[in-house]
Amino acid sequence: MKQEKNTKIQVRDLNLYYGDNHALHNISMDIQENKITALIGPSGCGKSTFLRCLNRMNDLITSAKIEGEVIIDDKNIYDKDVDEVAVRKRIGMVFQQPNPFPKSIYENIAYAALKHGIVKKGASCDELVEKSLIQAGLWEEVKHKLSEPGTSLSGGQQQRLCIARTIAVQPDVILMDEPTSALDPISTEKIEALMLELKKQYTIIIVTHNMQQAGRIADMTAFFHMGDLIEYAETETIFINPVEKKTEDYITGRFG
Amino acid sequence: MSRSTPKSDNPFYDASLNARHFRAKAFKLFTLSSIVFAISFLLFFLGDMVYKGLPDFQQAYIKIDVSYSEKSLASIRQAVDKKYRRVVSRSWLRGIPRQVEANPELMNTTQTRWVLLNHQVDQYLKGHYYKVKAKNIKLIDAMQKEGKVELQFNEIFFTHGDSKIPENSGFKSAIIGSILTLLVMMVVAFPLGVMTAVYLEEFAPDNRWTQLIEININNLAAIPSILFGLLGLAVFITLFGMPRSSPLVGGLTLALMTLPVIIVSARAALRSVPDNIRQAGYGLGLTKIQVVQDHVLPLAFPGIMTGSIIGLAHAMGETAPLIIIGMIAFIPDTPTSIFEAATVMPAQLFTWAGMPERAYVERTAAGIMVLISVLITMNTFAIYLRKKFEVKW
Repeated sequence: MKQEKNTKIQVRDLNLYYGDNHALHNISMDIQENKITALIGPSGCGKSTFLRCLNRMNDLITSAKIEGEVIIDDKNIYDKDVDEVAVRKRIGMVFQQPNPFPKSIYENIAYAALKHGIVKKGASCDELVEKSLIQAGLWEEVKHKLSEPGTSLSGGQQQRLCIARTIAVQPDVILMDEPTSALDPISTEKIEALMLELKKQYTIIIVTHNMQQAGRIADMTAFFHMGDLIEYAETETIFINPVEKKTEDYITGRFG
Repeated sequence: MSRSTPKSDNPFYDASLNARHFRAKAFKLFTLSSIVFAISFLLFFLGDMVYKGLPDFQQAYIKIDVSYSEKSLASIRQAVDKKYRRVVSRSWLRGIPRQVEANPELMNTTQTRWVLLNHQVDQYLKGHYYKVKAKNIKLIDAMQKEGKVELQFNEIFFTHGDSKIPENSGFKSAIIGSILTLLVMMVVAFPLGVMTAVYLEEFAPDNRWTQLIEININNLAAIPSILFGLLGLAVFITLFGMPRSSPLVGGLTLALMTLPVIIVSARAALRSVPDNIRQAGYGLGLTKIQVVQDHVLPLAFPGIMTGSIIGLAHAMGETAPLIIIGMIAFIPDTPTSIFEAATVMPAQLFTWAGMPERAYVERTAAGIMVLISVLITMNTFAIYLRKKFEVKW
């Protein structure tokens, strides 16, 4: 029963088709609150596609057709009466390539929060920007140059800016699509530390190519292959004692 | 070290090397010569225009006595001495009643004035072909020695409209007509074109209909412009009954012609905005309108402006469609609204180029210089705008 209570997202029989291509087959999994869940698997296995189902980003692809349920806080986000924009406000997303808006650091963080009416222009907005940057561990580095363009920062800083921007909208869940694959090891380390800090407040789901990364930070790990969810368990189990042969082969580097 | 090292000593020996170098050189020379060719044509054209047009910015005047009296007002030729009647401009004499009206104190006085000479004398003084009687040439030569005949800045060119008297014709009504026409065109074509591009790039589903629309837009950009004139005539004048020859109809017709250019360039500019900017916006729960309006359009703006100004410059030089809707007519008066009859710069040039008098050749060349200066100014402005709004990555 305790397990049930901590479940944030319930995925039930999720199928996704790109035109005729059946990309995800009957995925069902429960994602726990305030945990980091890693999605691993070889390229093209559907892990990023699955991630994008969780905040309805796949709605933007006209050829994508989705069946099944994604239940967040007792509500299926694919119900007719749910607006996908409202879903994305509560389930933020960080992308593979750092993609700050070509605006100032301040505006990068304040823009969406202002548009959503979370804060008003002025002191409360300044406060939110500061708080978000502190949470993302970027405040000390940029507090003197908030009006400089976000794109003037280094890659790692840009990615943390994108995380700060996502936090500023005050979501429940943060989806991360290979957030460190374009970064150097030092920036990666900083972002990993940040994720461990953030999971106290947010539920984090991360797609990663890097198995060591999943091992370092994830509480739960799901292994995808060819559009199937092969195995989903605690990270330790997946890495040390996988049930499925395929998982073991992938983990030990026999394919991938 | 030399190129002809025998095969045995040089492990990198390549028998075809000399031939390859020759081909590379020949190809480079060929590409270079084509650009030299193009530039020389341009220089020849510009040089010819400046050579023919520059003298037109000056006009011949003569310093003589003008008598303002009842007699001269009744018959304006009486205002100047009989011997000058064949050399001064008719149009200047016709202005005498207006001078008196503006300044009644002139009545019953005789003033020494710089009086405009007619175009034949003007051409004689500039060393071109002329038709002036020998005794008048003697007169002019004598006056010139005394400093009473000289070339002065041609104000008339910039303050008058067209005229059948060459020395009295000017470019002003055409300049104003062009400005009004292009204003109407931009007000109509810019928002329509940009909105169409935004719809096609950001909102439209990719299906047969949008593909058909896309093909049609691309084809419209290649349609002979005179057909747009026929369309304008049929729709705006015949169907909607708008005033003929007016900048309103001209602007709308040119807007039809320029729309495809603006749409195509605006779409290219929107497409060049990286998709991850849109993704970032959607990932934060922004609506499509917020993403397009605040993030995509500002990034695409420099490209949209460049395309639009190229379209504008294109429309400015367009004559054919405007001939059909009547903007080629003889329009001496400067239009004061978009509903009045007007002509545009290229149409005015077309009219002048067909005139028999030598003076109009000069007028045409001078007009081309004005038109080209305006075009260069606009292109410079386009580059400035692009630099100013360019977002640094």
